[in-house]
Amino acid sequence: MSVAALSPGLRAAGERYFDRIGHADEFGAVDVVLELLEAGMPAERLLLDLIAPAQRRVGELWAANDWSVAREHAATAVSERAVAAVVARVRPRPHLGRVTVACTDGEYHALPTRLLAEVLRLRGWHVDFLGASVPGPHLITHLHQTGPDAVALGCALALRLPRAHAMISACQAVGVPVLAGGAGFGGDGRFARLLGADAWAPSADAAADLLAEGGLPSFPSPAAAPAHLDDEEYTHLTRRRPLLLQTAMGALGAAFPAMASYSPAQLEATAEDLGHILDFLGAALYVDDEELFSEFVSWTAGVLRARGVPQRALGGGLRLFHGELRDFPRARRILQCGIAAADGGHSELEN
Amino acid sequence: MTTARSAGQGTRSGGGEAPAGLHGEVRGGSHGGLRAGLCDDPPDGFQDDAARVPDEALLRAVVDACGEGVVLCDAGQVVARNAAAARMLPAARPGTAAASAGEALSDPGHPEGESREVAVAGRRLLVRRESFGTRHRAWYLRDVTAEHARTEALLAERRRTGFLLEAGRRLASSLNPRRCARAAVELACPFLADAAMVVLPPAARRQAPWLRSVPGRPVMQEGVIGPAEVAQVPGLTEALAGFPPVPSRWLDPAQVPEWLLPEGFGVAAHLLVTPLPGNGVPAGALVLARGAGGEPFDEETETLVRVFASRAGAAISAAALYQEQGETNAILTGGLLPPRLPQPAGAELAGSLRAAQQTSLVGGDFYDVCLPGGEAAGGEAGGEALLVLGDVCGKGARAAVLAGQVRQSLRALLLLERRPGRLVALLNRCLLASAVPNSFVTLVLGSLAAAAGGGVRLELVVAGHPPPLVLRADGTVEEVASRGSMLGAMREVVLEPVTVELAPAEVCLFYSDGITEAFGGPSGREMYGGARLKTALAGCAGMPASAVVERLEQLSTEWLAGRVQDDRALLAVRAKGVR
Repeated sequence: MSVAALSPGLRAAGERYFDRIGHADEFGAVDVVLELLEAGMPAERLLLDLIAPAQRRVGELWAANDWSVAREHAATAVSERAVAAVVARVRPRPHLGRVTVACTDGEYHALPTRLLAEVLRLRGWHVDFLGASVPGPHLITHLHQTGPDAVALGCALALRLPRAHAMISACQAVGVPVLAGGAGFGGDGRFARLLGADAWAPSADAAADLLAEGGLPSFPSPAAAPAHLDDEEYTHLTRRRPLLLQTAMGALGAAFPAMASYSPAQLEATAEDLGHILDFLGAALYVDDEELFSEFVSWTAGVLRARGVPQRALGGGLRLFHGELRDFPRARRILQCGIAAADGGHSELEN
Repeated sequence: MTTARSAGQGTRSGGGEAPAGLHGEVRGGSHGGLRAGLCDDPPDGFQDDAARVPDEALLRAVVDACGEGVVLCDAGQVVARNAAAARMLPAARPGTAAASAGEALSDPGHPEGESREVAVAGRRLLVRRESFGTRHRAWYLRDVTAEHARTEALLAERRRTGFLLEAGRRLASSLNPRRCARAAVELACPFLADAAMVVLPPAARRQAPWLRSVPGRPVMQEGVIGPAEVAQVPGLTEALAGFPPVPSRWLDPAQVPEWLLPEGFGVAAHLLVTPLPGNGVPAGALVLARGAGGEPFDEETETLVRVFASRAGAAISAAALYQEQGETNAILTGGLLPPRLPQPAGAELAGSLRAAQQTSLVGGDFYDVCLPGGEAAGGEAGGEALLVLGDVCGKGARAAVLAGQVRQSLRALLLLERRPGRLVALLNRCLLASAVPNSFVTLVLGSLAAAAGGGVRLELVVAGHPPPLVLRADGTVEEVASRGSMLGAMREVVLEPVTVELAPAEVCLFYSDGITEAFGGPSGREMYGGARLKTALAGCAGMPASAVVERLEQLSTEWLAGRVQDDRALLAVRAKGVR
């Protein structure tokens, strides 16, 4: 899977493919993958070594403000079509067990999870792919109706971890083990373990190997809820979210006089950004992980820098919440790490 | 025994030998002997009142009356034992070597004074050794056979209770027959048997599905068998017919066919076939086998298996019932699900439907696309495709049924009338004649045709519904200027048909009020509103129809932040560019 292992031919094809999706050229992109498929490239490699890396570049370009949201979405839609074109040509007969593949409720970054579903199909599993943002009750109804051997749950953003946890517990309560995957569970899968997933895999092919080796128990043994949730900071933070946002917007207006001239849409965008910070803070509280929050802050700082938003705004927002959340010791500790990360980004910019 | 030990310690500390009175076999029964001894002796059993030293016969009687066995050895030779010891360890006769009594009187390396348990001729003895001086050793024996049996029985009972608890937990969790059957075999093997198989009642073409668990292998083995194979297994036909179970001892394991057992299992030494009782009809049968060297199924196990089978049967049959109803439900709601969208000439379609009721996928919002000449023609035949997105009064299954009726009525009416305005007026009359009370419907209906100079032309009718939005090539968003009355309420409807031209890459978006009237946002109490939807759509310029719909749905879901209140529907038409 490493870039070094790729043949020069595949790398050149990858460039052509990336160019086509960048131009939202569905037919061009499909032609690239089908040519490779006909030339004997295994479908799984096309999915994981060509389409997946191209999609990662799309995400990076969006973060760097090189690509608009529209272009990012258009490219992803074309990749979806390319995936469909590849798997339509290769129709493996299912000879292994049945697996349900779903994205966490609220999770719309569906392509990585879709790639897993297709890889499992290629390996011979009977796969039900439920798509993006699957509501918990819908997933459980599906599990009762189809009785799969496992659920593969994708979570791309750590923001959705509280909901992912609810879904993991729900699947386990109906006796189906859960294989967790996706960047949201942490690069080392530590959040998957914390939230009681029965297994975790760093990539689609690793997940397929794990399933084939019987790496999942036939009946899950759910873990107890993390002990740190007993302090109810997550619960109170979630409940106080609207009030905290209102207070923060007021305080921000006083601190940044320029906000007085903001349009309603700009004000709303600012409120949304602050809300996003609170949601990530909530997720970090939920899994009690400062690194999760400081990574988010560094990433956001990068995105804001690329969009020319003043760096002070981010640190300022974090300090506001730090001041407001007086009776939240854990949240304050996490915010302090975030402030350090934001300031680090700031000084780096000035140097 | 406390006395004997302290006496021994006293002797040892004095460095002397054990009392000579214990030499030789102590005769007589335990309690009878004690009483007899006391009667033979002087009134209080002491020879010399002044010294109060007990005589040998008295000491012998006292030791003899002890329930604990005592064996005294002198330099490895048994020299004396009491009645209890004679009973527990007949081989340890005075005059024989202690070692000849087996491991009871031989424990090299075992610490003195500490008890250990040994099995002697069907008894369990607790043995302790004490030394008296350099030559004498005394062995104290306690018979714990009954105690041991009681503890064993208690532990076995606890294991059975634990097993049934675990069985209850696992069997109750799933509403899927296959998962329940899987849980049953995995519970049964290895706790009840070396191999376990559940055979479910014969289904299609009299084939009975089975599941088998193999110890040490993660993947469940599954398959189907016909009536001939079922008949090969002793007792299976009867069990599947729901007859009472036959005790294991009446089933001949030699008749077990090879296919029944996992590969490498060897021969079955014991077989038990138990019916899984269901809702009046059997839910299947549980086949258990123990291999060569395995214990036969005793009465207790057979009782346990019957209790287990009744639980497994209840779980499997409840799941089968749920499954059946789910399948019926799926057939009934199949026509209510959003359709797979065809791709009419010159345009690209994408839709999304999110039901408020998250367990199902149906609700009061609906969309549909009818191609000219039906789906078989593929829409490439030319002519106009009909697009509709609507919202019926109410939520959940009731609303979904009405939505399905509206879709069916439209398809039927399309055979008579293709002009959008007149079609909608006809639909209104259908709804007024409907037997369903409050059949109120709002909708947007459009007929789509390829325009002469590229792009597409949409003839639209808006009936009591939020008017569609149009995303122009320059990124501006306009609302279609058309209004009309809700359907199903009045005899006369007022409609304003309008024509919208879409140049290549321009998008027309139909949506339901579940999108715009969603309460949420930063405060959690704000309505999404048309203005936000227009801004969001403007941000979708250049995206394919599927990406437009997905992005708008995502923004709406984020706005709601888990507070789902209403069905939400989106349908986008994008005019294709020239390739």
